[in-house]
Amino acid sequence: MTHKEQQVIQAMEDEALFTFAEYDPEAAERVGYSDYSYWGSTLKIFLKNKTAIFLLCLMGALILFTTIQPYLPNQKSPIKIHTDPATGYPLRNRPPSDEFWFGTNVIGQDLWARLWSGTRTSLLIAIIVGIWEVCFGIFIGAVWGYVRQIDAFMTEAYNVINNIPTTILLMLLAYILRPSFKTMVIAMCCTGWLGMARFVRNQIVIIRDREYNLASRCLGTPTYRIITKNLLPYLVSVIVMRIALSIPGTIGWEVFLTYIGLGLPIDTPSLGNLLNEGRQVMMAPALRYQLVFPAVVLSVITISFYVLGNAFADASDPRNHY
Amino acid sequence: MLRYSIRRLLQSVVTVFIVITLVFLLMRLLPEEGYFGDSYDKLTPEQREAILRKFGLLDPWYIQLRNFYSSLLKGDLGTSIIYRRDVPVIDIIKIKIPFSVSFGLAAIGVSLLFGLSMGIHMARNKGRFWDQIWSAYVVFINAVPAAVYLLFIQLYVTGLKYRGRPIFPMLFDRYNPRSWILPLISMSLGSIAGYAMWMRRYMVDQLNQDYIRLARAKGMSDKQIMVKHVMRNAFVPMAQYLPTSVLLTISGSIYIESLYSIPGMGGLLVDVIQRQDNPLVQALVLIYSSLGIWGLFLGDVLMAIFDPRIRLERREGAR
Repeated sequence: MTHKEQQVIQAMEDEALFTFAEYDPEAAERVGYSDYSYWGSTLKIFLKNKTAIFLLCLMGALILFTTIQPYLPNQKSPIKIHTDPATGYPLRNRPPSDEFWFGTNVIGQDLWARLWSGTRTSLLIAIIVGIWEVCFGIFIGAVWGYVRQIDAFMTEAYNVINNIPTTILLMLLAYILRPSFKTMVIAMCCTGWLGMARFVRNQIVIIRDREYNLASRCLGTPTYRIITKNLLPYLVSVIVMRIALSIPGTIGWEVFLTYIGLGLPIDTPSLGNLLNEGRQVMMAPALRYQLVFPAVVLSVITISFYVLGNAFADASDPRNHY
Repeated sequence: MLRYSIRRLLQSVVTVFIVITLVFLLMRLLPEEGYFGDSYDKLTPEQREAILRKFGLLDPWYIQLRNFYSSLLKGDLGTSIIYRRDVPVIDIIKIKIPFSVSFGLAAIGVSLLFGLSMGIHMARNKGRFWDQIWSAYVVFINAVPAAVYLLFIQLYVTGLKYRGRPIFPMLFDRYNPRSWILPLISMSLGSIAGYAMWMRRYMVDQLNQDYIRLARAKGMSDKQIMVKHVMRNAFVPMAQYLPTSVLLTISGSIYIESLYSIPGMGGLLVDVIQRQDNPLVQALVLIYSSLGIWGLFLGDVLMAIFDPRIRLERREGAR
């Protein structure tokens, strides 16, 4: 036995080095406790994404600005035709200047005012349609997923309806309803909810038979309560994401419908309308500002919401949490 | 497999049937003025009634619906009212079909070729410069409405000049192949982005699989693994995205044909919507929706053939 080994044996026999630990409930709690919170982690990951934060601020500022823009000083009406006080002729196609920040259009309306008014209209349509899509989609999806008796029927119906190309259905609806703000919203509300319903149904089928739902059912909890209290909270993150992603989609449809001649009436500026007006004068290089300004604003909005929606989807996915 | 195809076929037939009925019923909601062309104000009420009777519009709706089906079966789509007065719709559309079909098929081919290679390139350079560039492209195409970027392509790319002459003409000319290039590229852009995204996701998934690790352990080079294992399976994402690609091409063609004045059905549709020629709108909507439905059917069946492991349900896509 070497000297070193003897030392080790001595140390092991030394009582002072090996004392029993006191049972400390607080310390035990600290080890077993995880400070994981779903929303906390989602927020933390989202805040790490600098691009997303920047775009979120940008969109917040934009929505705020378009809302208060008409009440700011020195703003012009988006539909008033400006005339030259000396001659009485309309101020057509004036390039951007101090008076008209973004110039005027073919009939002498202020493009700056029209642009923000159009952004307001388009965003409003997009948000209404997005919220409707989510509400109606979740309602149908929740019933479809939860009530077993109608599942087979609904799935068949879905497969059939889902085969109809959205573009065609939307065009047909817009053609028959004759364009206005209301009918445009209605037409888009008719087509968008299907994907959402399908998604919610799949989620609910997955979590429907978990033990705690079984327990609730045994206790006699009514179906609507199980759906709203036990199932829907799982879907909040998806809902936010779907709204964010449906905004660029809806704006795109609006532009598409306007392009094929089924857009909003010309006295309601919208991004689609402005783009179409700009397109009509685009062959003259000096007038291209009328196309470029709306196109830039529109692209910034759609890209921002698209990136934001995806960033939020990444952040709210528990697999990315730690 | 066969059972699935038959089931899927039945679904498609039911959808076509529903679409036809829906189109018919919705078109009846339109005001009757649409059936008189420009001459509405000049006619007496008796003449108007005679015309409506000639079209069979005074019958009860179920008789009208029956007549509609029976004439559809005979291939009769009615006659144009405004676009070319009293010319059968079928004759107007017949000369437009070749343009639309050849552009559509060519666009699907081009997007398959470029989209899949782009996806492979992205997966091989995952996280690096080119991956980020192409990802930015995919985000841009998915987020920005097609109308915007297509317009700017037409506006600025046609401005490019070589020795003082424009490289790409602004409008379609069937005798000048150079003018076919831009519409074709424009039509493929959306699908390219979709294919690239699917392909990249799929390849990145595959590269993390055990069998790839085994191949690497055996000493195969990265290139061999790519060619022999990963790319073999490339048709799976291809088949997965094909239905959406068909739909994208259809809606894209509506834009692009009218942007470049291609004498196809898409341009015609925009034209007759603006002129409110109801029978033509009705016929074109029917044709386009059936095309879409059969495109989806074909894509689903192809997918089932290519990859028996895939659950026989369609992925959610942009449509």
